[in-house]
Amino acid sequence: MRYLPHTEEEIAEMLAVIGQQSLADLFAHIPADTRFQGELDIPGPLSEWDLTTHLEVLGQSMFTGSSRAVLIGAGSYDHHIPEIVRSLSGRSEFLTAYTPYQPEMAQGTLQGIFEFQTLTARLLGTEVANASMYDGASALAEALLMALRIGKKKRTVAISSAIHPHYREVVKTYLEPGPFEIVELSLGDDGRTDLSALSAIDDLAGVAIQSPNFFGIIEDHQQGADFVHGLGALYIACFSEPLTFGLFKNPGSAGADIVCGEGQSFGMTQSFGGSGLGMFGCKQEFVRNMPGRVVGQTVDKDGKRGFVLTLSTREQHIRREKATSNICSNQGLCAMTAAIYMATLGHTGMRQLARLNYDKAAYLRKGLLAAGAKPLFSGPVFNEFAVVFEKDFTPVRQRLLDQGIAAGLSLEPYFPDLGNAFLFCATETVSRALIDELLEEVRR
Amino acid sequence: MTHGPGTNGLILEEPLLWEKGKPGREAYSLPHRDVPEETVDQNLLGDGPEFTDLGELDVVRHYTRLSQWNFGIDTGMYPLGSCTMKYNPKINEKMAATAGLASAHPLLEADLSQGILKLYYELEQFLSAITGMDAVSLQPSAGAQGELTAMLMFAAYFRKKGEQRTKILIPDTAHGTNPASAALCGFTAIPLASGKHGILDPTAVEELMDDETVGIMVTNPNTLGLFEEHIREITDIVHSRGGLVYGDGANMNAIMGVVDIKRCGIDAVHLNLHKTFSTPHGGGGPGSGPVCVTAELAPYLPVPRVARTGEGYVLDTQSAESIGRVHGFFGNVSVLIRAYSYILSMGPENLKKASQLAVLNGAYVKARLLDTFDLAYDRPCMHECVFSDARQLPFKITTLDMAKRLIDHGYHPPTIYFPLVVSGAIMIEPTETECKDDLDSFIEVFQAIAQEAENDGERLRQAPVITKVRRLDETQAARKPCLRG
Repeated sequence: MRYLPHTEEEIAEMLAVIGQQSLADLFAHIPADTRFQGELDIPGPLSEWDLTTHLEVLGQSMFTGSSRAVLIGAGSYDHHIPEIVRSLSGRSEFLTAYTPYQPEMAQGTLQGIFEFQTLTARLLGTEVANASMYDGASALAEALLMALRIGKKKRTVAISSAIHPHYREVVKTYLEPGPFEIVELSLGDDGRTDLSALSAIDDLAGVAIQSPNFFGIIEDHQQGADFVHGLGALYIACFSEPLTFGLFKNPGSAGADIVCGEGQSFGMTQSFGGSGLGMFGCKQEFVRNMPGRVVGQTVDKDGKRGFVLTLSTREQHIRREKATSNICSNQGLCAMTAAIYMATLGHTGMRQLARLNYDKAAYLRKGLLAAGAKPLFSGPVFNEFAVVFEKDFTPVRQRLLDQGIAAGLSLEPYFPDLGNAFLFCATETVSRALIDELLEEVRR
Repeated sequence: MTHGPGTNGLILEEPLLWEKGKPGREAYSLPHRDVPEETVDQNLLGDGPEFTDLGELDVVRHYTRLSQWNFGIDTGMYPLGSCTMKYNPKINEKMAATAGLASAHPLLEADLSQGILKLYYELEQFLSAITGMDAVSLQPSAGAQGELTAMLMFAAYFRKKGEQRTKILIPDTAHGTNPASAALCGFTAIPLASGKHGILDPTAVEELMDDETVGIMVTNPNTLGLFEEHIREITDIVHSRGGLVYGDGANMNAIMGVVDIKRCGIDAVHLNLHKTFSTPHGGGGPGSGPVCVTAELAPYLPVPRVARTGEGYVLDTQSAESIGRVHGFFGNVSVLIRAYSYILSMGPENLKKASQLAVLNGAYVKARLLDTFDLAYDRPCMHECVFSDARQLPFKITTLDMAKRLIDHGYHPPTIYFPLVVSGAIMIEPTETECKDDLDSFIEVFQAIAQEAENDGERLRQAPVITKVRRLDETQAARKPCLRG
């Protein structure tokens, strides 16, 4: 086996040094009642050739590929990944390093993550950002736990019902064992979150609003943050599409205390929903309550600039059960990938690409409305939106699937009241010709 | 003196991203605009992020230079204890990038996603077979999230039984994430001292385990690299008081095909795919921390779960007892594809052989460094061994000094100052993918460093000297945090 370098002679020499006769002797002290019975029941070994064929066959059974288009976002977006992002983030010096515990030999990772924190903070409009969380969903759960830590005796958090349904499920999972209450806020006719229920809550620690929300609607963070601050609680802005901030105002400048969300759009393949990237920033005053790893700038013995993991007194290896979170490994390489992506686009690219996404979705939306669909909500959108069809859309959607187009996500499984409502997404990767083909089928 | 592969080389300076570039440069090729510009609500418009515009070659050089300041497994030996820094096969990168899998949308109907669901289902089966456990969730994104998932399941299990259990026993050798994960579930960590031989003493468990205690979190082999030989007695005690046993599987690389986790009496164990199953650590993730459990706990696993029917694979979201989701979608699937590819490439015999050779390498390094360093516990070790700086301290040389000197010789240092029960710990885990020649070089260099500790201590205190930066001021970094530019 090519991953196991030992020759039989070497094994014999090494056993002699240890003073053992056989490899089995190395395990002589393992009690009989804990031993594995028989052989491992797994297939293989497969040669490199056979493995590749096997995975290709699995890949071919998927609704993907150049003849297929998926016009669904809902937390996982199809964006073009520039070749330099793929090739640089795949460099094995980044790929095969551990968490940078020895900073002298990990300055590449450390400067790269320091730059990621900086770009993220600038994008989100926060004073600081951490080195990453697992994904948007757990980042939101950790943001709410952070608000509860800061709120000390306060026990209630409120979350918009237009936050991604899966994120809300993860929040419930994380908060379940604690003495906490989660209030879900309903929506107005424009698809924006109705905050009026908040005034009746007396121990409110934080309020989380996603924008664009699950229905693609841009929420009013400014108004939300002002209102929530008036109640003495923290305002948490959440997102699943960070490209939005290339075009629209960022949540930090609107007054959000914590901003968190999913960064998959920035250079990561969709890969059935992972590996993505949890992005997390907050106001400076809350930095010691922030979960996750952070990289800081410092100097070496000779006064030269360098970077280290810092503020570790918040973390498990020092504080153990009193740590701000249990996060150790996070999404390091995904953060590096996002940083390379942001560096590649720059200010200009980010604006142009965001604008193009806005226009593509607007073109598709206009066409669907002209074909008789009704907007589910009236509020403004970025690159996805929800519409309701008068007639059953399922047969049309099936015909489009046969043509290689997955046209929208049925909202019924997530919101049973919203029968025949579909969530569409169009990014820069969807051509006008394809949209026209789709519209023609819808009009038929 | 003896030299490792470390040498002086040409290292290029590189500023921070925003210290270079100019408006007007571009590294991005915008897809063709074939739709008209629509009006935008001016009240919503922002200024766009303050990013610098860079040229394509600017970006390429920037990250190429940064990468060259890094040390990875592909660069050299990385014997970081408890982290299992084995070779990350190149083919697995290609497999994760398989076109049909890498571009899969997670919310498409199951009948349009059969390939990835099959892979997901089969990987659960493989991990089940390797651990001996009955059911698996692949959702957790890292070991610590796997721990948290298991603790949430324990909490749900006792809620269902109507029992109020608030304490959990955690050995002093445990990873720091263990108590942090338990605390997130509202459990109070009760420290359990390891016995004088470096392994747990059942009588200590007997004394502390009561009906207010959830159970115990055990790492086996433990972080001293020792097998918990009384594991069955301990798990029997915990079960007899109605408790549950959590296994931290960070050290699974020592026991594949040798130990059956379920037979040990463990109810839930997490695995680190980025350790035992060769997926790259990426400088701090993405990892993957599947949780494997007994049939009794299976209903509490996160949803959705992938099930197999006559027609193919389906997603099952219904389970009244489930703790719910821990990930927005299905976990770090691209990592799962790599681990799946690794297991298939290895097959049953080679996986067992990997564990045997990992232990052989650990025991060999231990045997050859016995005369050089103070051994923390003189017992048969598994895949890693723990020494200390006790013999070097009289010369005013610490573990940190020796670790930093290893860098100058071209080796990543072992894990240091962990586990906490050994003062000045040096925890060496070579992994099975290091050959004898490379182990011998490492051993000889480490022996030479111990010699230097006696004769030329200042060299160690000054080390490293040939890296891009020298020892960094961590106190200043923490006291006046500068977290962004």
